[in-house]
Amino acid sequence: MTFDDPTPLIGLEIHVALATDSKMFCPCETEFVREPNTQVCPVCLGLPGALPVLNRRAVELGVLCALALDAEVYPEMQFERKNYHYPDLPKGYQISQLAAPMAENGIMSFTDDDGGEKEARIRRVHLEEDAGKSIHLPGEGTLLDFNRCGVALAEVVTEPDLHSPADVRCFLEQLRELLRHTGASEVRMEEGELRCDVNVNLVHNGEGTPGRTEISEVKNLSSFRGVERALQYEVERHRQALRRGDPLTHETRHWDEEREVTFSARSKEESHDYRYFPDPDLHPVRIPRAMIDDLQERMGELPRARRRRLSREYDLSSYDADVLVGGGLADFFEEVVAEGSNAKAAANWVMGELSAHLNAEDIGIDELPVQPGQLAQLLDMVDSGEISGKIAKEVWGAVVQQGCDPRAIVEERGLSQISDDAQLESLAREVVEEHEDVVRDYRSGKEKALGFLVGQIMQKTQGKANPQMANEKLREIISREGCE
Amino acid sequence: MMTCDLSRLTLMQMRELIDAGEVSREELVRAALSAVAEGDEVLGAFLEVDEEGALAAARAADNTGGQTGGVLDGIPYAAKANICSRRMTTNCASYMLADYRSPFDAKVVASTGSAGGILLGKTNMDEFAMGSSTENSAFHKTRNPWDLDRVPGGSSGGSAAAVAANYVPAALGSDTGGSIRQPASFCGVVGMKPTYGSVSRYGLIAFASSLDQIGPVTRTVHDCAAVLDALVMRDKRDSTSTSHPDSGRFSESVAASGEDLQGWRIGLPREYLGDGIDPRIREVVRGAADGFTGLGAEVRECSLPHTDYALPAYYIIASAEASSNLARFDGVRYGMRTEGESVLDLYLNSRGEGFGPEVKRRVMLGTFALSAGYYDAYYLKAARTRGMIVRELEQAFSDFDLLLTPTTPMPAFGIGERVEDPLAMYMADICTIPANMAGIPAISIPGGRVDGLPVGIQLMAPRFADERLLRAAAVYERVTGDRGANPSCPGDVPTEGVCDR
Ligand SMILES: [Zn+2]
Repeated sequence: MTFDDPTPLIGLEIHVALATDSKMFCPCETEFVREPNTQVCPVCLGLPGALPVLNRRAVELGVLCALALDAEVYPEMQFERKNYHYPDLPKGYQISQLAAPMAENGIMSFTDDDGGEKEARIRRVHLEEDAGKSIHLPGEGTLLDFNRCGVALAEVVTEPDLHSPADVRCFLEQLRELLRHTGASEVRMEEGELRCDVNVNLVHNGEGTPGRTEISEVKNLSSFRGVERALQYEVERHRQALRRGDPLTHETRHWDEEREVTFSARSKEESHDYRYFPDPDLHPVRIPRAMIDDLQERMGELPRARRRRLSREYDLSSYDADVLVGGGLADFFEEVVAEGSNAKAAANWVMGELSAHLNAEDIGIDELPVQPGQLAQLLDMVDSGEISGKIAKEVWGAVVQQGCDPRAIVEERGLSQISDDAQLESLAREVVEEHEDVVRDYRSGKEKALGFLVGQIMQKTQGKANPQMANEKLREIISREGCE
Repeated sequence: MMTCDLSRLTLMQMRELIDAGEVSREELVRAALSAVAEGDEVLGAFLEVDEEGALAAARAADNTGGQTGGVLDGIPYAAKANICSRRMTTNCASYMLADYRSPFDAKVVASTGSAGGILLGKTNMDEFAMGSSTENSAFHKTRNPWDLDRVPGGSSGGSAAAVAANYVPAALGSDTGGSIRQPASFCGVVGMKPTYGSVSRYGLIAFASSLDQIGPVTRTVHDCAAVLDALVMRDKRDSTSTSHPDSGRFSESVAASGEDLQGWRIGLPREYLGDGIDPRIREVVRGAADGFTGLGAEVRECSLPHTDYALPAYYIIASAEASSNLARFDGVRYGMRTEGESVLDLYLNSRGEGFGPEVKRRVMLGTFALSAGYYDAYYLKAARTRGMIVRELEQAFSDFDLLLTPTTPMPAFGIGERVEDPLAMYMADICTIPANMAGIPAISIPGGRVDGLPVGIQLMAPRFADERLLRAAAVYERVTGDRGANPSCPGDVPTEGVCDR
């Protein structure tokens, strides 16, 4: 590690909108609406005399989020007031947590772009309310929309354990998946449901003495691309400053999306003394052990663990496990296997035919009119040679249309594969007699000619002949006849 | 019939006459309105009176037969100007909110309304409840009905004066460090701060949220209990509100309180009778102690050594909370707005012009106490001190049913006498602050006179023993108390029909 090869240290403060129906301290709805200031009440507008009442659901979802990050949830937490003036902060303080947060000491593992396993420690997870939105119209003034004001947020703070902008993107993408999986947040990026402050500096061993650059913080990034680009810019800026020996200052910076640069915020914004103190309107909140256990149980297996288990238990490639878990297909897959299907065949079918059908119809797995048992039945018929793979696709087409059992379709349409030895023998004989010239070609070494003959058998049986057996039967007859 | 006579009635007397059909609700409201019209030009108890609204409500109740069984049915009452009501402004006696109209009723306004009470007007106060004389009102001064050159106390001075002057039988005040009890003492009426959490703060414009509590000002203990019956209930919209074991039974309990206090143990903490207390007031309290002994109670001196720390700790905690509670008044969305070059200028100009000097002093004091580097030495230490005061009082209540103290260290002082000396003003709350710090109930009832001015005695009880407090106060009032404390119409509080109809 020298000036030329310094390591970035990156930490994140992530604000996630929890998937509550109502705001954190009032009954206002949280559903995103365009019309400004329509989802407000005296409480979230901070009108004189109004008081906050904690939304229990916000606590549950916050705890879910903490559990998903393997953090320790404390039995009691306290809301505090973070005091600062801003026009979109109607009370002049934000209800947040400082000294007694909901949870601390978590960890999140993630996979980087090269498939490597990495981890970042989670320093804390706490609850707080969102502020309103300021819309600055240059030359005209500022408009305020309080629809978002008071929405329940979880703030996730990591240790500076991330070492590249790409890793940060991977971390965030996998965090999003985790939060969606647990139901803690829907993480609708376009509605600002995940926003991120990043802090970054470089550690180096320039001229043999270890050192580090001053931390810069880039605030309020609302897209993963923005996070990655801003971090790339910052890392490069620090690297160049280091190389040139330019001093860096500990500062807050903003990301200019258009120009793709960060720029220094006015230093005034940094000198905040938030004067936190316990909010006297809200007593300390107890989080009962039973509630934590219950949430832990309902949360079930987390995606990463499941991926690992799927590939181990069913001998799937990690790619297949990724597709099944990431595509929300794993439950269906496991149920099919539980019905007795071969795992590899089930995985292929779920990722292939089933997934293609969902895409074509633009429906979710919940809307699929096929039960796992029905797919298992279909795969079983293929496995036992009762139908061919080709017929299976046809049957599948009928199953997804009509939602009835594959076996019923096979019987109704007479699609059972012809595997009867005598029947195949007579068919093969017929074909050999009808196409003497082709048989001659085969005998003279044209292997391909056999394919033509198999095709003829298939034609005669509308594709129901067992191709493997037809093949063998033909060889058998031709070689027998040759000896006569 | 003299309308003045009607407004002199106590709440319970009005109650009886309405229930007997001998007087209409409209007559009572008209009597109150004319008493205000007659006297308030000089007294200044009200900031706003809603004549039309009150009369309309009274007539409507008369036409429908009123709120059946409503404890306050047809009773005109006043509310302090920091209690939100849809009718009239809710201005906290501040330029900041001069024209502010709340879009909602405070829980106490709603519940007194559903008990049939008729809101007559909003009363004057120290700006944002910060003060002990009502001289910090941005709009006008309120005079003491007993001596027009003296203050009525504060910050609920308007409420106390309105009741003492017989405009209304009851008024709502708020008590953060004595703001109901101290003016009740100065004006010779009954004022109670219930247990913290027993009356919803929803719609009370906060001064110091962990200390604020709404309570009644009345002329008798029984009336106080009747108002509490309408006020005390759990409110889902106030997270610090709790259900009360005696909710709805206060009036009943007072009516059945009997004639003696046989077996009661009453503590007389000597720290409340020290040098800072006017000797004549000490005498009144000792006289009251004898009175309680005469009623069969066992009165013993005791010691609460942490009492002296209550006042400084209070000023840190109350100011810290106030600095945050008042941050919302920034000129952006409502209230006074004075434009500036930047957002910062907008804040500075609006707050600079909107707030009076005492409010600014407390906001600065509180901001300082919470600042990085000072938090531990001030706010945190004050919070710990508060914990010690709580434990000390809890300990005392294992030996005593009640504590007896003065309500104020001095009788009502002259208008202008203390405005230049904030510390001297702060001392006016020295006896009342500990009850707020501990969240316990406390009541001030008339205890005697000093130079013809009324002075109150204070009784304190453990948390949720409000009913106990009221019973003892009622017995004392009935048998021994300074009855007939009634400045504008001297004489006994009338006990039976005074209306020659
Ligand atoms: Zn709301």
